[in-house]
Amino acid sequence: MTALAALIRRDIKIALRVGGGALIGVLFFLTVTVLMPFAIGPDLALLTRLGPAILWLGALLASLLMLDRLFTADHEDGSLDLIVMGRAPLELACAAKALAHWLAAGVPLIVATPALGLLLNLDAAATSAVALTLLVGTPALTFTGMIGAALAVTLHRGGLLLAVLVLPLSIPVLIFGVAASQAAISGPLSFGTPFSILCALSLVSLVVGPFAAAASLRHGLD
Amino acid sequence: MTLIDLANPTKFLSLTARVLPWLAGATAILLLVGFYQAAMAPDDYQQGATVKIMFVHVPNAWLAMFVWGVMSLAALGTLVWRHPLADVAAKAAAPIGAAFTFLALVTGSLWGRPMWGTYWEWDARLTSVLILFLMYLGLMALWRAVDDPSRAARAAAVLTLVGAINLPIIKFSVDWWNTLHQPAAVLRMGGPSLDKAFLIPLLVMAVGFSLLFVTLHLAAMRNEILRRRVRSLQMMQASQQAA
Repeated sequence: MTALAALIRRDIKIALRVGGGALIGVLFFLTVTVLMPFAIGPDLALLTRLGPAILWLGALLASLLMLDRLFTADHEDGSLDLIVMGRAPLELACAAKALAHWLAAGVPLIVATPALGLLLNLDAAATSAVALTLLVGTPALTFTGMIGAALAVTLHRGGLLLAVLVLPLSIPVLIFGVAASQAAISGPLSFGTPFSILCALSLVSLVVGPFAAAASLRHGLD
Repeated sequence: MTLIDLANPTKFLSLTARVLPWLAGATAILLLVGFYQAAMAPDDYQQGATVKIMFVHVPNAWLAMFVWGVMSLAALGTLVWRHPLADVAAKAAAPIGAAFTFLALVTGSLWGRPMWGTYWEWDARLTSVLILFLMYLGLMALWRAVDDPSRAARAAAVLTLVGAINLPIIKFSVDWWNTLHQPAAVLRMGGPSLDKAFLIPLLVMAVGFSLLFVTLHLAAMRNEILRRRVRSLQMMQASQQAA
């Protein structure tokens, strides 16, 4: 347990210090959100309607781009081999790494959401609905994305291949995340149903992600 | 003859060489009979002649999911039993499965235009099949991105097993969500709701298309084994020339 806690602390420290790049994700999130009004025009009513979708897409892309580094940096300096050979079960170590990644890279996105909601003319209720759905939805993005990150590091390929593998898996999260936020803002469907499914997706990915990533690391690293 | 005997690629090649012509013949006969029966089937009282798209659409959609199931078994063969031909089977199945999925989407789209008034509708069944198609393409990209086949095989196996979660979602999407796509008419509690005049040609076509898959899959596996042999011969030749 202490080993896993140490792993989480280490990963968060590395992510937040110089060269870590966790906060670049927030900057990217901000830039994507600012780009959208240029593409669709500064129509405030339209932005209000599209706001949840824009925020969800921005968060999805930001978390996707940061996933590339989840295992690569550790693989380059050799610490990934130590983690794989260590006494802690690899599944738990993967879960710990993903948790640390979510704390360092996912939580800042959620914290930034209210500020970005202002730019998209969302009111307080809508912004908090989006932030809430992101809070329960982004773990699913991190934990399914971890599978792609583990595959990418064993294949020495990243970038586009990672995106092509991970994005189809994250479509359900996007669908129910946006559906829940839209339901909270404009109705007429209930907020509870898509929100519960979103929670279920996160819980399933919490189980499937570490096992698949550990299997891929165990079979793929040499 | 068990699965383990087939682990020897030479035995596999000689066995499939004997089996393939028969399989191909049976496929051709069944598909011809199926197409004839489908052409002779009565028009639907509501849908008219467009109902005949069903005889191609439904078997393709079944196979789209079935092929991913075959690949999941092959993935288990790669990761758990380390069967030497499992990754060949998985690699050969991916493009065929992608083709079936594409055909299911296209025929469904052509059927949807006169029936629903739209080529595409973002409902649960259509979306989940589209995701399946994207995952087939991603898997093929993964196979192509890595030059070492055994390394690619293990990565693809993990991804295939993760993607298998999508299969029950596709199957039950029409029950879980209120969709435009109609619910199951053949494999359902209480027997098929389809009339015999449609059911029999449909089943003949389904068996025909399944045999088509088996034939194509075995042929593609043979090609893959031969391709790997050619490649290792070329490598040997190149290293001899270098030495």
